[in-house]
Amino acid sequence: MPPAPPHRRAFAALAAVGTALALALSATACTGAPRGGADDDPGARTTITFWHPWSAPSEVRAIDADIARFEKAHPRIKVDVVGGIDDDKLNQALRGGGSRSPDVVTSFETANVGRFCSSGALADLAPFIEKSGLDLAKTFPKPLLDYTQFQGVRCTMPLLTDAYGLYYNKDAFKAAGIDGPPVTWSEFRADAKALTKPRGDGYDQVGFLPNYHGYENNIEHYLGSWGPRYFDSHGKAFLALDPAVGELMFFQQKMVRELGGYEKLERFRTGLGDEFGAEHPFQTGQVAMQMDGEWRLGMAMDAKVPFEIGVAPMPVPDEDRLDYGKGFLSGTVMGVSAHSRKQNAAWELVEFLTTDTEAVVAFANDIRNVPSTFAALKSPDLKLDPRFRTFLDIARHKRSNTAPGTLDGGAYLRTLQDFAYRFEKEKDTRGLIPGLLRTERQIDADMAQAERG
Amino acid sequence: MTATLRTRRRRRALRTLAFLSPWLVGFGAFFGYPLAATVSFSFMSYDGFAAPSFAGLSNWSYVFGDSPLFWPALRNTLWLVVVTTACRVVFGLGVGMLVTRIKRGAGLLRTLFFLPSLAPPVAATLAFVFLLNPGTGPVNGLLARAGIDGPAWFDDPAWAKPALTVLAVWGVGDLMVIFLAALLDVPREQYEAAELDGASAWQRFRYVTLPNIAPVVLFAVVTGVIQATQYYAEPLVAGKVASGAVSGSGRPFEPGYPDRSTLTLSQLVYQQGFQRFDYGAASVVALVLFALALAFTALLIRRRGGSALTGAGD
Repeated sequence: MPPAPPHRRAFAALAAVGTALALALSATACTGAPRGGADDDPGARTTITFWHPWSAPSEVRAIDADIARFEKAHPRIKVDVVGGIDDDKLNQALRGGGSRSPDVVTSFETANVGRFCSSGALADLAPFIEKSGLDLAKTFPKPLLDYTQFQGVRCTMPLLTDAYGLYYNKDAFKAAGIDGPPVTWSEFRADAKALTKPRGDGYDQVGFLPNYHGYENNIEHYLGSWGPRYFDSHGKAFLALDPAVGELMFFQQKMVRELGGYEKLERFRTGLGDEFGAEHPFQTGQVAMQMDGEWRLGMAMDAKVPFEIGVAPMPVPDEDRLDYGKGFLSGTVMGVSAHSRKQNAAWELVEFLTTDTEAVVAFANDIRNVPSTFAALKSPDLKLDPRFRTFLDIARHKRSNTAPGTLDGGAYLRTLQDFAYRFEKEKDTRGLIPGLLRTERQIDADMAQAERG
Repeated sequence: MTATLRTRRRRRALRTLAFLSPWLVGFGAFFGYPLAATVSFSFMSYDGFAAPSFAGLSNWSYVFGDSPLFWPALRNTLWLVVVTTACRVVFGLGVGMLVTRIKRGAGLLRTLFFLPSLAPPVAATLAFVFLLNPGTGPVNGLLARAGIDGPAWFDDPAWAKPALTVLAVWGVGDLMVIFLAALLDVPREQYEAAELDGASAWQRFRYVTLPNIAPVVLFAVVTGVIQATQYYAEPLVAGKVASGAVSGSGRPFEPGYPDRSTLTLSQLVYQQGFQRFDYGAASVVALVLFALALAFTALLIRRRGGSALTGAGD
């Protein structure tokens, strides 16, 4: 066999070098393994970087004010604040590390706590908590402690709580001859129909926009009223045999059908204003009832809506009247980057923002969220609109619930929601149970893939 | 072979390598090494934190067997490659021919057709989502006046890809300019000879125009296919805006709205790698994407016998 021409030998050599480098990189994992630590001196003058997801001007002002309080109380620590960060950017930065990556992070997605803790993206806070002598059980309500840890690893702390309830337009209720907010989903359906005013191909007013794209109508928010399990005791997806999921699916599909059908409602939705703008459809009167978090009350008041706003817990299934008052809970979580080389200073900020009563109360007042500590909930400084009490009660209700965190973050919720979209459109003709079984298989396969990672 | 001859050949080889070395370094650093790393990671489990571990074929079996997103993304990408590329080439050529024939206002028309290609993709997509909004958009308003119930465009899985194709065709000005230059280069005497032989307009196009511009058509198709396989920003922006997903709400948006109908393979690479942090599965999808672009390009060049690129035509 004649020898290969020189250029082929050069290519072969280059390919071999490339492959060897790639394998070496893979084997040594020189990309992203955390190199942070808690050996910094918290008393030293230092600057830490804090990333948060808030972006509305009033919210940014509020968190900046909270940081100013911290800097005043800890004059040696300066905080560089970066806002408007979603979980994608956060996770990418936490993996990347480097001098400009965050030391302290916050996220709105409690379902991602599992991924934060299991991947090692955020540092285990147990040693810091012990050092500070914090008694978590005496500081935070139990549901908040549950969703801020994963499989025994506490990598986040709760920073304010979100409780979901029902906003309703009292003037529209009065005009439709409805006395008060619905307690059961049957009453809710009847009210939604009575409040809907069709006009031609559209609507003058919709009683309730039931589509999953209707802003906060995520499936987990709806399911808060039914109390689903999501996973069985072996960690496998549990949907098809859970009556909570099936009942919601049929209820929601029926609502969509009764209020004009998917196409008509979606067309209406595409003409509505932004969720966090003044033209939100509840605030403009286009939608008479809205499932939303406690922050909507402040936003609607800021928008100076020309009607009286009513607030109530979300309805419950007809057979669960005694559970009326419960709802879906979520919240902001806060942690320290595993890459941070200033973890002691970073913890000072986390501890201050999440446990200092004055800071928690002030921040809750400013962004109209539910305070997350027992002390803040009892604080006389808490400025409470009487209607806000509803959300405090939902947050305290023993049957209020949240979506569990997993290794795969909130991916299982998106898989379930994908099926829910098809079901509400009545495009999935194979039926509910086969669809949910397929969804379960998908979630289990995704989870197995995440476990391998 | 004498020693002198061997020495001379070795020197020549080394000289060749020395001249090629800047390209070889660039190729190795920015293509060869990443490709080898991608192949390597496709057999690893890696989430960006724990050390990668060998996973055998599990990433491949997950992507091809279990992933709910891979097959829709592949179908969408193939659809966009075939339909969008074909539409862009046909419209680009058609507009190019039109502006070569127009006597008055040709300059103005060329400018008007070229201008959209200068619009940034995100801005152009935002404008299209606004124009095609099923509830408030002027396009459906006009259709309604004509008694036509307009589709939901970017909100309807059946219409989202055609709407993206309309957007791609709207920005066909770059291709038009290339075709225009090629069409102006076709020798006039060939058309005159064909006319004298009684050739019809179609026959003149088929036997005179097309052979002369074949290399440019091939270039347009090959670059169009590569662009379509890498289609990313427009479907992402269209889906995000049409779905009502709120920027700055802190919530990540996964591409594909509505109902995965606009999810492309390049988006899936990003989603698996940088939203779900499964670098192994992302590497598998990236390799499929690479193979797809390579296969399309090889097929096209082979069908032209390689001659078109050299300008020989057929």
